[in-house]
Amino acid sequence: MAGSKNILVYLMMLVCLLSACKDKAINDPHGRYNLQEKVFFSFFVEQPKTLDPAKSYGADENLFTAQIYEPPLQYHYLKRPYKLVPLTAAKLPEPKYYDASDQLISADDLRAKVAYSVYTISIKPGIFYQPHPALAKDEQGNYLYHNLTKQNLLHIDTLADFKKTGTRELIADDYIYEIKRLGSPSVQSPIAGFLSHYILGLKAYSKALSASRPKPVKGFFDLRQHKLEGVKKLDKYTLQISIKGKYPQFKFWLAMPFFAPIPWEADKFYSQRGLQKKNISFDWYPIGTGPYMIVENNPNRQIVMARNPNFHQEFYPSTGMPGDTAAGLLADANKPLPFVDRYVFSLDKESIPRWSKFLQGYYDKSGISSDSYDQAVQVDADGNLDVTPEFKAKGIRLTTSIEPSIFYLGINMLDPTIGGSSDSARKLRRAISIALDIEEYISIFLNGRGLSAQGPIPPGIFGFEAGAKGINPYVYQWQKDHIKRRSLQEAKQLLAQAGYPNGRNAKTGKPLIISYEATSTGSPDERAMYDWMRKQLAKLGIQLNVRVTNYNRFQEKLRSGNAQLFFWGWSADYPDPENFLFLLYGPNGKVKHGGENASNYSNPVYDQLFLKMKNMPDGEARQKIIDEMLAIVRKDAPWVWGFHPKTFVLSHQWNRVTKAHSLANNTLKYNKIDPNRRRQLQAQWNKPTFWPLWLLLIIIVAVLIPVIMRYRKKHHSPPEKY
Amino acid sequence: MLNYLVRRFFYAIPVLLGVNIITFLLFFAVNTPDDMARAHLGQKHVTQAAVDNWKSIHGYDLPMFYNADKTGMESLTQSLFVQKSLSLLTFDFGISDSGRNIGYDIRHRMMPSLAIAVPVLLVGLLINISFALLIVFFRNTYIEFGGVVFCIVLMSISSLFYIISGQYVIAKVLKWVPISGYHSGFEAIKFLILPVIIGVISGIGMGTRWYRTLFLEEYHKDYVRTARAKGLSEQVVLFRHILKNAMIPILTGVVVIIPSLFLGSLLLESFFGIPGLGSYTIDAISRQDFAIVRSMVFLGTVLYIIGLIFTDISYTLVDPRVRLE
Repeated sequence: MAGSKNILVYLMMLVCLLSACKDKAINDPHGRYNLQEKVFFSFFVEQPKTLDPAKSYGADENLFTAQIYEPPLQYHYLKRPYKLVPLTAAKLPEPKYYDASDQLISADDLRAKVAYSVYTISIKPGIFYQPHPALAKDEQGNYLYHNLTKQNLLHIDTLADFKKTGTRELIADDYIYEIKRLGSPSVQSPIAGFLSHYILGLKAYSKALSASRPKPVKGFFDLRQHKLEGVKKLDKYTLQISIKGKYPQFKFWLAMPFFAPIPWEADKFYSQRGLQKKNISFDWYPIGTGPYMIVENNPNRQIVMARNPNFHQEFYPSTGMPGDTAAGLLADANKPLPFVDRYVFSLDKESIPRWSKFLQGYYDKSGISSDSYDQAVQVDADGNLDVTPEFKAKGIRLTTSIEPSIFYLGINMLDPTIGGSSDSARKLRRAISIALDIEEYISIFLNGRGLSAQGPIPPGIFGFEAGAKGINPYVYQWQKDHIKRRSLQEAKQLLAQAGYPNGRNAKTGKPLIISYEATSTGSPDERAMYDWMRKQLAKLGIQLNVRVTNYNRFQEKLRSGNAQLFFWGWSADYPDPENFLFLLYGPNGKVKHGGENASNYSNPVYDQLFLKMKNMPDGEARQKIIDEMLAIVRKDAPWVWGFHPKTFVLSHQWNRVTKAHSLANNTLKYNKIDPNRRRQLQAQWNKPTFWPLWLLLIIIVAVLIPVIMRYRKKHHSPPEKY
Repeated sequence: MLNYLVRRFFYAIPVLLGVNIITFLLFFAVNTPDDMARAHLGQKHVTQAAVDNWKSIHGYDLPMFYNADKTGMESLTQSLFVQKSLSLLTFDFGISDSGRNIGYDIRHRMMPSLAIAVPVLLVGLLINISFALLIVFFRNTYIEFGGVVFCIVLMSISSLFYIISGQYVIAKVLKWVPISGYHSGFEAIKFLILPVIIGVISGIGMGTRWYRTLFLEEYHKDYVRTARAKGLSEQVVLFRHILKNAMIPILTGVVVIIPSLFLGSLLLESFFGIPGLGSYTIDAISRQDFAIVRSMVFLGTVLYIIGLIFTDISYTLVDPRVRLE
């Protein structure tokens, strides 16, 4: 017995050695990091496609790019509604408007025809790039790594393998270079086509580059040599961007990584073929001025960001909203950012291990999957959401926020049965809108994590109105202090008025069959969701034909108008109603114009109001027009309005209280953790249990004893007879 | 033998070409170059001009097999198939559609896959053969019956269940090892213990039953009867004669899968966060990255062919009657 005890001790010692640190729990997956350091541990589910700011557009990418790259503007962390503040810019740029004869016109003079707008952006001096080999110079001032040979690259596997790094000051040219990259066909920015409608000369610039740049693209192509009409350098720290007509929403684009600065040196450095072969490129090794820089990038395992030693001074905001002080959100006011030294993101594709690691304290924050919802969240007697007592005992906090997004059931307005502007078609759509019980959908499939939409504009965006004033009267009624879906009886009446009593064509007697286009996601809820959809329309006697296809074909059907009903969504690019109302603007129709209006809705009155509204400043006049527009689309019902999703985030007690910000992505600099508290709790929560090892040994011995006895008996018995 | 190997090498060329054509046809039957462009460019504000530009930059603006705008050989070489397939024959996998060097990624992801697959194979082989011998040794007893039932129970359980329950019990409840993750070097061991144990246990049922069948087949052969007639003990008969003769199918079965070990295990790697090749192809299919799909299918085919050649060679090593002509 003493022997087996020794074996167990040796085994334990081995495991402790393997965990590389004696004060750590043996199941700690972050072995090599010092627990005293301010390291924030998190995960990513999907590999980022690219970290090039000109190309990345998704949340998987923004998680990284927004911490590294600094556009001129950013969103105020605490203030609501969302408000832009300068980041690298010295102040918020005020657009100046000019007419066709280059005469300055007043911003308030809506009658004047604005030919173009000019944004003058002044950059704060003294901002420096992160240390980077692209900027390393020798004593003579020549770039060290701009002409790498095969020999130079022999021992280079990652960016960290370059021995020397350099930096330089951020200048206006770097912003100009990035805007030129947006228009460069070889960069393939997804917003190039969109921005070419706005930035003066961008389309011509792209065409000129296409003509002058050889194909296939090889080596460095110096964009500085090619002039872009709409972007001008005024001095070392000032640039001017000219926009066609009036596009007040342009200022929001200036808070996105698309407009982050890129030093030409980095472009030259990364254009070297030898580096591309080693995956050392803009796609994987950003170069920025932000609070963090990537120090390890293995998108298949781990991405590590460390504090940028050259980061300029930025301080935690000193003002916020009423209640922020009480919530502890202003406790660090005016303290220098960032608070965390290092972020370690591990690729964790499966929700079960992700969730378990959060509960063990090895991830600092987590979302909640449907499977884990009941374990984490409960509703109290007043209907308020909070964490369960088990989680409360662990000090886990819940933060919820409504996303500036909408998921809706789009109706193809070009469809002869369900689309069109006739009164009967409108009534049919309204009947369907009532029958599809979105509240039930949210309850069943989203664990209640959503808010039923009353129109296209989500909460938090100007134009949204809460309460009785903001309801869709064609689907809901206001009762005391809450909305109530209109009765099925009303839906049936509407259906009969539309010419389909009990779901049958009044003239032909044939049943009304509507096709629902869906994409197969492989989700276990998928079949249940289709059944639910069928049941909703079956309440009216309408038959729903669910046509499941892959995403490519689904998109093709939308582009060609070969769909009746489909599920679709939109997430805000910026906090302006224009970014949602344009989804129903006629000239944005998907079939005719290839735009984002997937329903192909077209109403001349709405379109006129949209054009009027989109350039207006927020205020009563704009709200009035928005209300008119909402009244039109609610009446026409081109969408079943669906829901705005709610995000739930769980944080361990060692995280400082944070405020959810659905539009800003550069919020990691505001996170603060207490590593000592984390270390204590991790140790407390992760004490291994070894007694089952003994039990296992006993079972093995218990099984082996009769086998050995039998073996001995057989060994001593005479050979078997055959 | 050299002639045989040369012949096999030349046989491999039409096989590789055929697999390449099938992959090409299947992929583009589901995804058009426009779809691929849209998948890479994202969902928002994407114009047809951006789609066309993407196709042009990535070479997907060419016709599939025959370019009518060109003359002579160029009408064939300036086609999507030739442009995207020819370099594979020199093992130049090129750059993925998302801009990463495929060869670099394969080299870096291969080792973590092997770090799981090799121990699972070796430990599994040892356990399965030992267990199968034990069952055969105790044939016609309750031990054999219990052993077979145990194997059937193990076989009946899905490997996903082993993974989830293993993570729950060993990593979450008992907290002996991390639930998932990976580090390079010596530290990798603590991350590999659990996936290797699960990989081995999930293979015991099927492996043991297969080896038991092989041993039982030998068990009733004449040479075994002769050995017993000589008065050899049951252990000697089993370990020296039966095991040796049963090694031929065992060896060939093992050798054929050795090359494919490089390709990793999708489930184990996904759940344990092992950065191997297991999910590389699946991820590429979902991202519509044809460059990776064709490279991985090509690599898989090459490894399979190598496996078959190794199998043939191993026959000659373990069975002197076999000659490769």
